[in-house]
Amino acid sequence: MSENGNLFLRNLAGFWKTFRQNKLGLAGGFLVLVAVLVAVFAPALTDYDPSDIIRDANNRALTFAPPEVHGILGTDDAGHDVWSQLVFGSRISLVVGFMAGFIAMFVGSALGIAAGYFGGAIDSLIMRITDVLLVIPDLPLMLVLVATIRQMELKISPLAVLIVVIGLLYWTSTARLIRSQTLTIKERQFVARARAIGAGHWHIIRKHILPQLMPLIVANTVLILSTAILIESGLAFLGLGDPTKPSWGTMLNFAFDRSAISNGAWWFYLPPGIAILWVSLGCILLGNVLEEMLNPRLAAHHLEGEAGMIAIADVESKG
Amino acid sequence: MNNGKPLLSVRGLTTEFTTPEGKIARALEDVSFDVMPGQTIGLVGESGSGKTTTLMSLMRLLPAGGRITAGKVMFNDTNLLALSEREMRDYRWKSMAIVFQGAMNALNPVMKVGDQIHEAIMLHNLMDEDAAEKRVKDLLEMVGIARTRRDQYPHQYSGGMRQRAMIAMALACAPDLLFADEPTTALDVMIQAQVLQLLREIQKSLGLAIVLVTHDLGVVAEVCDSVVVMYGGKVAEYGTADHIYNEAQHPYTQKLLEAFPDVSKPGDTLASIPGTPPRLTNLPPGCRFEPRCHLKIEKCSQVNPPLLEVSPKHYVSCILREGAEADL
Repeated sequence: MSENGNLFLRNLAGFWKTFRQNKLGLAGGFLVLVAVLVAVFAPALTDYDPSDIIRDANNRALTFAPPEVHGILGTDDAGHDVWSQLVFGSRISLVVGFMAGFIAMFVGSALGIAAGYFGGAIDSLIMRITDVLLVIPDLPLMLVLVATIRQMELKISPLAVLIVVIGLLYWTSTARLIRSQTLTIKERQFVARARAIGAGHWHIIRKHILPQLMPLIVANTVLILSTAILIESGLAFLGLGDPTKPSWGTMLNFAFDRSAISNGAWWFYLPPGIAILWVSLGCILLGNVLEEMLNPRLAAHHLEGEAGMIAIADVESKG
Repeated sequence: MNNGKPLLSVRGLTTEFTTPEGKIARALEDVSFDVMPGQTIGLVGESGSGKTTTLMSLMRLLPAGGRITAGKVMFNDTNLLALSEREMRDYRWKSMAIVFQGAMNALNPVMKVGDQIHEAIMLHNLMDEDAAEKRVKDLLEMVGIARTRRDQYPHQYSGGMRQRAMIAMALACAPDLLFADEPTTALDVMIQAQVLQLLREIQKSLGLAIVLVTHDLGVVAEVCDSVVVMYGGKVAEYGTADHIYNEAQHPYTQKLLEAFPDVSKPGDTLASIPGTPPRLTNLPPGCRFEPRCHLKIEKCSQVNPPLLEVSPKHYVSCILREGAEADL
């Protein structure tokens, strides 16, 4: 087991060595890492709570104060500190985006593998559902779904509703991608070999299909994350966020509703927009580079490595 | 050697495929032969004659669209065609293993070679982890691969080594029957000789029966006890190696042997059989070989000749076989 652990570390070291040379990948990783660090250490980055109202000397709320007057990014229409909203908003945006992305990835991979591997009626059923979901415009459907579920007054947090709706509607592209890849892997001869050694479906999927798909799934997940974050921002901008827990999208919604633009309060609407761009750009760069790199066939050749060609010599000496 | 009960007895095996256009292609028809314990039997024939389909039917691993429509496959006393898929899984590898055509592609590229052999052993719960681990290394050593290469990936092996690793894997569960589907294709002549030598040694030491699919008649002459000559999905002729090489009765077998180069006559033009094998979706009503046959008579295009015994252990499916004058 420890041998395997070492091998994993060695692979990881090798991976880092290649990754380090890819400037786009490094840039993407940096963007994502910064966003995650900001979310994790949010309380340490600001002196204010996002709901604090900043007051001037006369105890009047300091509204639309530019950065020169207050803090790093000034205040909004109600006197809240914009920087602390931005910092704490990263938590909401990233959590919703990541969780929805993971749900979408999981559902999409599972359905894609099932459709590609089993084929026949299962494949037709899953692919028809996918087609239907692809044909319906996502955003209006999500709006309706989120609004309807909210109306039902279930005791679910509004953010959880958002996560589930995005996650359960955004798996279609993943499912199609994974399905087509599964179809080609299924035809490879080592799958026939696996059946020949007496392996069942579950074993074949787990041991032979999934590892081949893993690079694709990992890269696709990172790409899906960026989409999920964008969708969350979109829905929140349209007013479907949780107003008590503002994400970047909610901030944009507030800024738009409360005439930050006509007031020239750029410090209110630009930062959340840039933050959304920052994270999704990071995910896209990282995802593309990972997709390129995690190809298992780009490893060493059989003439390299410590053991060399001793096998032939062994045969001859035995002969 | 040929007395006693056969290990594998194939009777009337018929396999059909449905093509994407919905046509039925009869890939195998009425295939029958016996494999005796410890014997090597060769399946020879042109591409598309049904050699690989026969193996896949026997292991019940036909690709999508294929199904066995008739016949019986007795392994010892069990009819493999009557087993459920779950029961069949137990037979695969434990009783019958296969070395695939172009076995170098049959290894999972992202799994260590040793792990893949280990997997085959553990799937059948034959022994505990440690014993299996030792067996993996023993098997590799047996086929001439250093134990230290257990943890390498297939791309770190040469083509011949991968083929030998596949043979090691085939032996993992100590099967009674080994199917070798053109085990030497895509290997250079030196490695071919090594692999054949290896198969022969293994057979001698482990006493397993081998069904060798090949279109190299030289290989067949060297290693096979009996030979099945296939044409267009049917058995044209089946007999001991001696029958096939010295007393061939089917015109196709005769032509096939003529087409094999003779080193004692340098400068000879190679003989060939004009025409192409029949389309399986559009088979001739009579004998499959009739359109290409140099001895055909009128009746050949009307009667599909059955496989009949002409002398003990020698079967021919041709209406011109010896002693068949009475039928005409």
